[in-house]
Amino acid sequence: MSVIYMLLAISIVVAIIFFVAFIYSVKNGQYDDSYTPSVRMLFEDELVEKSPKNKEQTYPTK
Amino acid sequence: MASKKCYHCNDDCKVLIHFDEKDFCCNGCKTVYEIFSSNDLSYYYDLQSGAGSTPNIIEGKFDFLEATEIVEKLTEFNDKNLQIVNLYIPKIHCSSCIWVLENLNKLAPSITNSQVNFPNKTVRISYNPTKTTLKNVVVLLAHIGYEPYISLDDVDNKKKSTDRSLIYKLGVAGFAFGNVMFLSFPEYFDLSSSKSSGGEFWLNQYQTIFRWLMFIFSLPVVFYAGRDYFIAAYQGLRSKLLNIDVPIALGILVLFIRSTLEIIFDWGPGFFDSLTGLVFFLLLGKFFQQKTYSFLSFERDYKSYFPIAVTKILSDNTEKTIQVHDIKKGDRLLIRNEELIPVDAILISGNATIDYSFVTGESEPVIKNSGDKVFAGGKQLNGVIEIDVLKSVSQSYLTQLWSNAVFQEDKSSKFQTLTDSIGKRFTTFVLSIAFIATLFWLFYDPSKALNVFTAVLIIACPCAIALASPFTLGNMLRIYGRKKFYLKDTQTIEQLAQIDTAIFDKTGTITTAKKSTAVYEGITLTDEEELLLKSTLRASNHPLSRSLYNMLAENDIATLDDYEEHLGKGIVGSINNQKIKIGSANYVGNTVAETDKNTSVYISTNDAYKGCYVFKNEYREGISDFFKAMSETIQVAILSGDNEGEKSRLEALLPKLTPLYFNQKPEDKLSFIKSLQDQNKKVLMVGDGLNDAGALAQSNVGIAISENVTIFSPACDAILDATKFKELYNYIIASKKAMKIIKWSFMLSLLYNVVGLYFAITGQLEPVIAAILMPLSSISIVVFTTVSTNILGKKLR
Repeated sequence: MSVIYMLLAISIVVAIIFFVAFIYSVKNGQYDDSYTPSVRMLFEDELVEKSPKNKEQTYPTK
Repeated sequence: MASKKCYHCNDDCKVLIHFDEKDFCCNGCKTVYEIFSSNDLSYYYDLQSGAGSTPNIIEGKFDFLEATEIVEKLTEFNDKNLQIVNLYIPKIHCSSCIWVLENLNKLAPSITNSQVNFPNKTVRISYNPTKTTLKNVVVLLAHIGYEPYISLDDVDNKKKSTDRSLIYKLGVAGFAFGNVMFLSFPEYFDLSSSKSSGGEFWLNQYQTIFRWLMFIFSLPVVFYAGRDYFIAAYQGLRSKLLNIDVPIALGILVLFIRSTLEIIFDWGPGFFDSLTGLVFFLLLGKFFQQKTYSFLSFERDYKSYFPIAVTKILSDNTEKTIQVHDIKKGDRLLIRNEELIPVDAILISGNATIDYSFVTGESEPVIKNSGDKVFAGGKQLNGVIEIDVLKSVSQSYLTQLWSNAVFQEDKSSKFQTLTDSIGKRFTTFVLSIAFIATLFWLFYDPSKALNVFTAVLIIACPCAIALASPFTLGNMLRIYGRKKFYLKDTQTIEQLAQIDTAIFDKTGTITTAKKSTAVYEGITLTDEEELLLKSTLRASNHPLSRSLYNMLAENDIATLDDYEEHLGKGIVGSINNQKIKIGSANYVGNTVAETDKNTSVYISTNDAYKGCYVFKNEYREGISDFFKAMSETIQVAILSGDNEGEKSRLEALLPKLTPLYFNQKPEDKLSFIKSLQDQNKKVLMVGDGLNDAGALAQSNVGIAISENVTIFSPACDAILDATKFKELYNYIIASKKAMKIIKWSFMLSLLYNVVGLYFAITGQLEPVIAAILMPLSSISIVVFTTVSTNILGKKLR
């Protein structure tokens, strides 16, 4: 029955892995903005290509 | 023509510009469309039609961003090859905005990355400073209609890092709670598993390891996740206050010590499941209560509205950008169109038309002539002016207000919440029961005395009571938020429920800031004269002329033969030898002395005085009914910074004998509220301008009325969208009902406590009973409060 030590160890290690993943994701700011990513994931590279020109736009500053 | 909508901004087109088979309302919108379509970004319009906003570009507005020390302060990261800046853009409102702002590098390849935070309305831009500058990035944003809002506040206060400790604590408690429950399963299913009475052999064999694992899991819960409760209880006791944290901390501590002793001496499995569950639920309540409106700020002072830098004119007539803090008395400043005047000053030259709406809420601009004093906080609307500085920023008329001690005080520390006051009685009650029961058992069966004492403290731990308030108020906060009534924290709801006096500012609060009406008084004008009047007004750029022109009925427009504008006096126009003079009383030749205190425009034709248009404030819809209903339970008063010009109209609108006070300076408003509070009144202040800031801070609840919640509001406890003004009284009533809901849930949780106490006093508290009772009471409280507040919220509009 000492297999129970093994089972306990595995279950706790798995739990700790998920816990660390959670802490890591909070620390990275994943939960700071819960709305924008939901919109962003629906975008694709939907650039409407008309002409190949793509130059730096310059604006009059004065 | 009226049905045509602008392809870019979806406004009605007054002037139609046809371009690329699309309609635009102005050249600005057309230009943005051109920029987008020529850079393969026209998907912007497919995503959401008419999503854009009209760019409002003022030349030279962002010149101050050329100064390196300002760039240094604004950027988050500043290196030779990389600068990162976080800009606040109030216009962000839809998915199109996100898309185009995150594709900025299509417009300017030097921008390497841009990321939008939609709830905060900010965009984080990384760019290469060797190829472009911060100013160019900001100007680019302004050109596509997303002008960033940069104020003195951005420079003075470096952004605080967001506090995530509550999420960590919640994570720790939840993690431990789940695992301890899991490890408790053998004990739950095999209750008789003591070695003497048999039970499952292998569970008895490994009991110790299970128990010690639970102990290990509970350690971070008690010493990290539950730490705040110990600190709060200690602080409460030190200031001789029995707050709700005292029984909670006691409960956690007793649970932990007793459980530890139980497993050390092999008395039983301990209460680790209840312990971790308790802390988890309590933190959950705290988390729920902590609803913040990240796009709003309740802490704003004048710094949020003031510019970072202004243009100083040096003695050799060259211009130099200097920071606002460096302005000294005697400096000469150049204020451009749409710029804010940062200090009290004397007008030297230029056409000053100053909008003090930031300060007073008054929308009608004021005309100043050279030599007049202009005050900090005004916005120049009409061309360039030059001013001589009289006082430095912190000593100006408006900004002086912030040196008042009221702005340094923390309001929340003075207020005792309902939970705290109940907690006090509850703690004394629980402690006395614990001691009486222990005394009884000491005589009856001393071996059980300690058991009973700890059991009472464990079961009486006011978990459900502590949850009732956060969940009710947290949910109310969200309901109010959906109705566009944004509160700073849940405590504001409790204070709102106690209000017995309400003070209102006049201009901008009970009057609308946008519209005003003008009433004509005098000899009726002939059709010809009206035509002449309108044609003349059309030529003038003066704000009063513009608004009067817009108000007059549709008339034909004739071409003027002659037109002249006299600065600070009025205008004159003529057609076919018919002459009209429009302007101030003196200019027009009105011999009657100016008696009316309202803004008026006087008219004379062919040198004969005709009459005048009197501008009147337009009151918000339903004001009369609103005050009538409110004055039944709450004392109402009006506190206005204006003169008494509107007194008779106000008296007609408001219930009889409503006190009206006029000519109130910002400090007067503050001390007026203070004197009411000294009479033990709970005062609600409703205001809108920076001149109300002192009164808002002093009052028990300060509500700022705002036409545009994302841009303008002084520091306050709550921000109310102007369109919802007449609902305010209903919101106050709802807050009172919310407090009733809390009281009901207190009763409910007391019921659970009585049941639990029965088990505790009789000495039969088994871990499984505690493990069932505690979550059951907590969850039923959460369900009860959520359901009843939602019912309450349904009735609100």
